[in-house]
Amino acid sequence: MPEEHYINEDYGIRSWLLTKDHKRIAILYLISITFFFAIGGLMATMIRIHLLTPTGNLVSHDNYNKLFTLHGIVMVFFFLVPSIPATLGNFLMPMMLGAKDLAFPKINLASWYIFMIGGSVALYAIVAGGVDTGWTFYTPFSSVYSNTHVVTAIVGIFFAGFSSILTGLNFIVTTHRMRAPGMTWFRLPLFVWSMYATSVIMMLGTPVVAITLSLVALERVFHLGIFNPALGGDPVLFQHMFWFYSHPAVYIMILPGMGVISELVSTFSRKPVFGYKFVAFSSVAIAIFGFLVWGHHLFTAGMSIYAALLFSLVSFLVAVPSGIKTFAWTATMYKGSISYKTPMLYVFGFLGLFCIGGLTGLFVAAVGLDIHLQDTYFVVAHFHYIMVGGMVMAYLGGLHYWWPKMTGRMYPEAWAKLSALIVFVGFNLTFFPQFILGYLGMPRRYAAYPPEFQVLHVLSTAGASILAVGYALPMVYFVWSLRYGQIAGPNPWGATGLEWKTTSPPHKHNFHETPVITEDPYNYTPELEREARFV
Amino acid sequence: MAKHVDHLYFFLLAVLVFFTLVVVILVAIFAVKYRREKHPVAVPIHGNIPLEITWSLIPLALEMVIFVWGGILYFQMSRPPAASMEIYAIGKQWMWKFEHPNGTREINELHVPVGRDVKMIMTSQDVIHSFFVPAFRVKNDVIPGNERYSVAWFNATKAGEYHLFCAEYCGTMHSGMVGKVIAMEPTAFERWQSGGGGEGSMAASGEKLFLQLGCSTCHRGDAGARGPNLNGLFGSTVQLADGRKVVADEGYIRESIQNPPAKVVAGFQPIMPSFQGQISEEGILQLLEYVKHLKGQTPGGPVNVAPGSNSVPGATGLPNQQAPLTTAPTMKK
Repeated sequence: MPEEHYINEDYGIRSWLLTKDHKRIAILYLISITFFFAIGGLMATMIRIHLLTPTGNLVSHDNYNKLFTLHGIVMVFFFLVPSIPATLGNFLMPMMLGAKDLAFPKINLASWYIFMIGGSVALYAIVAGGVDTGWTFYTPFSSVYSNTHVVTAIVGIFFAGFSSILTGLNFIVTTHRMRAPGMTWFRLPLFVWSMYATSVIMMLGTPVVAITLSLVALERVFHLGIFNPALGGDPVLFQHMFWFYSHPAVYIMILPGMGVISELVSTFSRKPVFGYKFVAFSSVAIAIFGFLVWGHHLFTAGMSIYAALLFSLVSFLVAVPSGIKTFAWTATMYKGSISYKTPMLYVFGFLGLFCIGGLTGLFVAAVGLDIHLQDTYFVVAHFHYIMVGGMVMAYLGGLHYWWPKMTGRMYPEAWAKLSALIVFVGFNLTFFPQFILGYLGMPRRYAAYPPEFQVLHVLSTAGASILAVGYALPMVYFVWSLRYGQIAGPNPWGATGLEWKTTSPPHKHNFHETPVITEDPYNYTPELEREARFV
Repeated sequence: MAKHVDHLYFFLLAVLVFFTLVVVILVAIFAVKYRREKHPVAVPIHGNIPLEITWSLIPLALEMVIFVWGGILYFQMSRPPAASMEIYAIGKQWMWKFEHPNGTREINELHVPVGRDVKMIMTSQDVIHSFFVPAFRVKNDVIPGNERYSVAWFNATKAGEYHLFCAEYCGTMHSGMVGKVIAMEPTAFERWQSGGGGEGSMAASGEKLFLQLGCSTCHRGDAGARGPNLNGLFGSTVQLADGRKVVADEGYIRESIQNPPAKVVAGFQPIMPSFQGQISEEGILQLLEYVKHLKGQTPGGPVNVAPGSNSVPGATGLPNQQAPLTTAPTMKK
């Protein structure tokens, strides 16, 4: 271990809570979002147990509605959106660019505080009695009919939104202004490209959801007639405004994962990513087209036929860049030198699950078919394949990959491989039956269901309990590794990024002197091969 | 229609299986063939532009095929055949209320004849609901508001009972807002329907409301009337005072009752008061059904809407039998 690094440069709670070091802030975020993930996971567990029997055996209808609402709110706004950007992104962006820190270290710390305020308000809404509108807050149910803590939850999300706007702003400015000498745009790691695209969406989209949810709160409190038809409002207007952010937010929740996969597949194949520019620009294309497809959530909401066709068309177009990436990652392995370390196992899992998640997107983009599948378990399974099968797999893969950089120690490989396997099996058993349920017509958000669906629900619940084990294991062995893990050294994987050119854990200022970049990314040299002790 | 939807579904399933297998098999082959023990030195390949363009364009072409296919299907789904039999539906927390034009009312059960195109004209009296019959592959949100009705149509091909779900989350008993569609052979359906009602047809009830609310004082149908003539209005094109032209469909009639100033007919003053909140959803539907019947008659005068008759062109007119059959599972409001 290096003598001086960001963890031991100062001690005490103050040194963490008042830090401006992007690495320490990343750790603060890591702890916070793990906490929220655990809460969201606990709710998912209760949902799955409840659905073991057709009549629902665990909680009342009202409480079931609150469970899936809070599961959605916590997982989307307090785990998935900040997950990779605020932890791995915060930790790695400056290092990958060869910078000492982000452009605005104080704003970075402020964003964590704002996030925590939002999180605390959301937690208060849960403890005070919950919310039952669904994470989508559809009007006029949310703005008029619901008797739960809607406004409190909205305030929490409003804060969390500002936190992600600030993170996005910080990343954009940092990418433009803080690159080390020689770090041209096409020498950036693909992780940076995807974080940049994500940040653009965060900055442009989040204000819209903040406005939309504020209008819901105003309508609840002051009875403005914006969405409430009894006051001359239009309930469907809400859906347009909500999805204008929330569809791009889907890309906030997957683009960073795509960036991680690019890094991992390259390192463990020991080859440059196939078609760097196509992969880089496909991230940008997703960010742009992602803003033009929100209407595909409204095909059954009385949209005009021609508008529906247009949104369907653009939704198909946005599938192309995702396809480009998938083929590029696969081709990267061709004639590589592939090692099956835990992060690479997550890449394998990601590729399979992302294919299914992405291609089932075509089912719901085809208007005529979406009419049947909309609001059924098919949609639930589809987006969990992307969000969990894609993003969470990539997040876990990235966490294992950069864990030695963050802590200076290796995680236990055998346990990690076992947990990756458990996650993969548990995930598929949980969500694959839900595709079938959806096709058979099982609507989502049902606390009770016709008995013929029970077998598939039992399978899904069984899968969820396996998945829970797969998620609990890393929490245990990561903590164990902090004390007992093998010392990693600066570059355990023999990887190419600038983050591997400094000590593990890095020095407070990342680099002792500003690096100068003279070569293209992903240039695997024989010297790197010698460093690769753990590959 | 269900068959056509399924064709697209299984075509997409084939596409999914094909591409997933391509990726998974390639990953498996590469992972084994180029594993580090066997292949210690990687060959640095940066890309291959023709290949990258190929794997952009092939999926794009395939997606365009799926788009057109899904679009055509949707086009058919959104246009109910002209001779459809009409049934009105009102969604409310947490039940489905149906009313047949002959006045038969049902709750959470919907009886339809096999082999007939059925057009649902739907509205909600509180939050958004969604009318979903998985077996028919039909779904449409039922949205509260002044200016629209949601429409869905289907044609049951086999007698039987089918699930009816509310697909849009609507509060506490969302999962209890379920029912069944009972598709019956036409003769059985006639027998069932003739036992219903007893309160007269929807149009007849609408006529009573029309007189009771004083609509007939302005919508008199003569030259000096203060309101436009409603005779033959339904389905015609209306010239508005602001220059627009609109088709007088269900949504237009609804809006003109709830929010008259929104669309004022050319040549008339915006003097009609709003009836929002003064007529129940059922009442509006009855008025609508009444307006649909006004063809070649004087509004307010006697209307040829014998109780029990079916309003739809081409539908079988059913004689009204006042003695209800005990087997008829009709529910009254």
